[in-house]
Amino acid sequence: MEYFLELFLGGLTRGSIYALIALGYTMVYGIIELINFAHGEIYMIGAFTALIVASVLTMLGWNHIAILLIASIVAVIYSSAYGYTVEKLAYKPLRQAPRLSALISAIGMSLFLQNYVLLAQTSDFLPFPSLIPDFKFWEPYSHIISSSELVILITTAIVMILLTFLIKFTKIGKAMRATAQDRNMAMLVGVDVDRVISVTFLVGSATAALGGVLIASHIGQINFYIGFIAGIKAFVAAVLGGIGSIPGAVLGSLVLGWTESFFTGYVSSDYEDVFAFLFLVFILIFRPAGILGRSETEKV
Amino acid sequence: MEPLLKVKNLTMNFGGLRALDRLDLDVYAAEIVALIGPNGAGKTTFFNCITGIYPPTEGDMVISPPGKKRERLNGLKPNHVTERGLARTFQNIRLFLNMTVLENVMIGRHCRMSAGIAGAIFRGPDTVKEEKAVVRDSYMILEKIGITDFVNELAMNLPYGAQRRLEIARAMATEPFMLLLDEPAAGMNPQETKELDDLIIWIRDNEKIAILLIEHDMKLVMSLSDRIYVVDYGKKIAEGTPEEIKNNPAVIKAYLGEEIDA
Amino acid sequence: MITFQEIKRSFLVSVWFMFLTFPIMVIRVNTVQNVIEWRWKNLLFVGIGSFILSFVWRYLIQRKEAGKKKAEAGEIDKMPLSQRIFEERKIFVPGLITLSVFALVFPFIFSLYQTNIMITGLIYVMLGLGLNIVVGLAGLLDLGYVAFYAVGAYSYALLNHHFGIGFWAALPIGAGMGALFGIILGFPVLRLRGDYLAIVTLGFGEIIRLILENWNEFSFGPSGIANIARPSFFGIQFSVQNATIYLYYIMIVLILFTIFVVNRLQNSRIGRAWIALREDEVACQAMGIDKRKTKLTAFALGATWAGMAGVIFAAKTTFINPASFTIWESIIILCIVVLGGMGSILGVILGALILILLPEYLRAFSEYRMLIFGVMLVATMVFCPGGIVPDIRRTYKFEGLQNNTKNNP
Repeated sequence: MEYFLELFLGGLTRGSIYALIALGYTMVYGIIELINFAHGEIYMIGAFTALIVASVLTMLGWNHIAILLIASIVAVIYSSAYGYTVEKLAYKPLRQAPRLSALISAIGMSLFLQNYVLLAQTSDFLPFPSLIPDFKFWEPYSHIISSSELVILITTAIVMILLTFLIKFTKIGKAMRATAQDRNMAMLVGVDVDRVISVTFLVGSATAALGGVLIASHIGQINFYIGFIAGIKAFVAAVLGGIGSIPGAVLGSLVLGWTESFFTGYVSSDYEDVFAFLFLVFILIFRPAGILGRSETEKV
Repeated sequence: MEPLLKVKNLTMNFGGLRALDRLDLDVYAAEIVALIGPNGAGKTTFFNCITGIYPPTEGDMVISPPGKKRERLNGLKPNHVTERGLARTFQNIRLFLNMTVLENVMIGRHCRMSAGIAGAIFRGPDTVKEEKAVVRDSYMILEKIGITDFVNELAMNLPYGAQRRLEIARAMATEPFMLLLDEPAAGMNPQETKELDDLIIWIRDNEKIAILLIEHDMKLVMSLSDRIYVVDYGKKIAEGTPEEIKNNPAVIKAYLGEEIDA
Repeated sequence: MITFQEIKRSFLVSVWFMFLTFPIMVIRVNTVQNVIEWRWKNLLFVGIGSFILSFVWRYLIQRKEAGKKKAEAGEIDKMPLSQRIFEERKIFVPGLITLSVFALVFPFIFSLYQTNIMITGLIYVMLGLGLNIVVGLAGLLDLGYVAFYAVGAYSYALLNHHFGIGFWAALPIGAGMGALFGIILGFPVLRLRGDYLAIVTLGFGEIIRLILENWNEFSFGPSGIANIARPSFFGIQFSVQNATIYLYYIMIVLILFTIFVVNRLQNSRIGRAWIALREDEVACQAMGIDKRKTKLTAFALGATWAGMAGVIFAAKTTFINPASFTIWESIIILCIVVLGGMGSILGVILGALILILLPEYLRAFSEYRMLIFGVMLVATMVFCPGGIVPDIRRTYKFEGLQNNTKNNP
């Protein structure tokens, strides 16, 4: 029973991280119908930036909580900046071009960012300091779920709430929803579509960066390649839940997190990635709209 | 006489929205039939159902091609519908933009050709003959439609009026017994519309192809059509000759609304 | 000519990039040894580089916009350079002859090492031509093309290892296996749209690689298969030196064969159907083309060349393992097709030779290879989506009703 609980909570944690990344995918897809291949790299850059900031601050002797906060904030700022820049360079010029072009451009960006970090930093796995402290009050429960896992869950929940608030109740959120539904119409009624798209990228990148910092802290090491696999899995999650739907991204992430956790726990851990890919293939073939997605019928 | 196309009770629901509501429509040989109605009345949806793009919720669509047996269209895929002899054009022009004008028409010939992979690679005498015939036949169609000036031009470089004509030429290349034209005159000036009028009549009389067209240009509709169907909210509200339709109160109401007593 | 406004903008851009790249470019962290390295030089490079590049970028974008406006106004461009070269018999024929002679004597002018590189380049030409069918002609973004390459290579390796089957017998088998897998992997994706198709095919590519890596009993896992036989000449086995030269000439012949077949396919009923599919799937179906059959033939025929190339690769390196068949291979081949010009045979050939041979000769920059590929993909899509040799459609001559066809490869 305890093993089950362990796997369940492990899946929940996984799912939370995927959710933080998947949100970015789903929001961007909802707005400009592009799979942002480079999104995984934004996540990775968030983790790296946090590592760099944390290292510098550790050297200066700051305390852990402060480092965690500052590193997270800086990581979020930088990832958002990268996301914003990527959009302006690689996607904006291609808004009127066929979708294939934008997709290829996204692949190119992903390739570029990975190698950029690889060359500027290193190809090695770098240890990431465990910034999340072990809370004293949580001690009795820490064998079921560790402090860092708890922080991940709480952070994800808070992000969800904030995001829902943003989308549902703010002016920019309304503009985002309008642009996602009909870009040309939104333009005609005065929505600054460029700004809305930029904001979407900023927010999506920010949540991914948070995910990067948290998971790096939890797992304890990062390298330039982590964006690729995490990106694919988060994409699976977004599609599973229904791409374009924010609650869908969360739901899909949790489902993927749990199924992965139980699969590797009870069946095999060698084929973990194969499982994720096969899962993706099945969803896309049998229910491309996802759990909460709307079936898109093309207007002829 | 059997109608070439007989549609009975056609109903199309998109979730909660009823786009077509028990529509009946017939097209007989050597006829030009117009389908008119306010925007959103379901006219293009009707075309999409007949050509196999959407499976209708209810209803029967039956064709009786000249010289062939009757056949039900329900459940056929779009390419099979075209093979049976029903060809269409689109409301928003859907040409193969990066292919030349001639190649666009040659695509129309695809379903009347038989060369496969082996034919493509080995180019035996049959394939060579077939390719030559396709090029020749496609050119002839372009001559009939009157756009041979552009024969080697990329479709995307054509002026708008020529693009619309090219779509018709392409549809004709499939050797249809009936053409479905979706707003062929949209965006045309009066001169182009007059030429289109002549072209459509010529197609009916010389090529012996029946025409079913969706149009908003009332002048064109009245001058061209043998019969007119009027739909609103997916329902047929009137059917008859142009004269009858012009004076039909239900039609006037649908287009202009009711008179408000001052 | 350069206004103050522009300088100000470029300056701001430069500042932005210096800010953006500061942590990653300037600060190098090594948490293993607990060292932090500060590289202020890089900040300068980024600043100056982005300043200059921003001018270049703006210029290219303006040129693109101007080009678009011209096209909308109906001014038709004069024929692209490549087409004019073909038209000029005086340039074309002697050029072709020189090229052929060069290709024939290549192994005797250059060293064995160079010949090996050239063989690699030619293998990628074959791969590019194959993917060109799927992506360039039919418009199906297949990111898992490397799976068919792997299938071909492992088919030969395993048949050779277990049954002693030689190169010449394996060649058609590899091609056939490629085609078979093309159909198998093509079937599930028939209904999928562009982006989803890309991801699923990427998934397939990875699944195949992961299976090859983990199913040790079948594929010998990460350690791969060694001692694969080289092609024999009527039963005679050559020395390593001569075998390489032999393989080179085999490649030349096979490439000519590939170009011949692919060219024929392109200019046929089926080739036109592929292009129609790429241009507009809905209209294509409405014109009587069976969408599913067309897609499957594209996958199958495209995969055939990858299968064949796989056999050749195995014979060349005599050792294969799953690490040679990663998604990056798929992406490199995609780069070749995109850079070369989607749908254009000549473009793909040039693209392959440039992308494969250039890094070999510019060894100093080999670290930056993938980085440059990434930039190149983005830049090509933004500024030059047609590629270096855009596809030229065939034109026909008509005098009255007589038709003389003029051939443009």
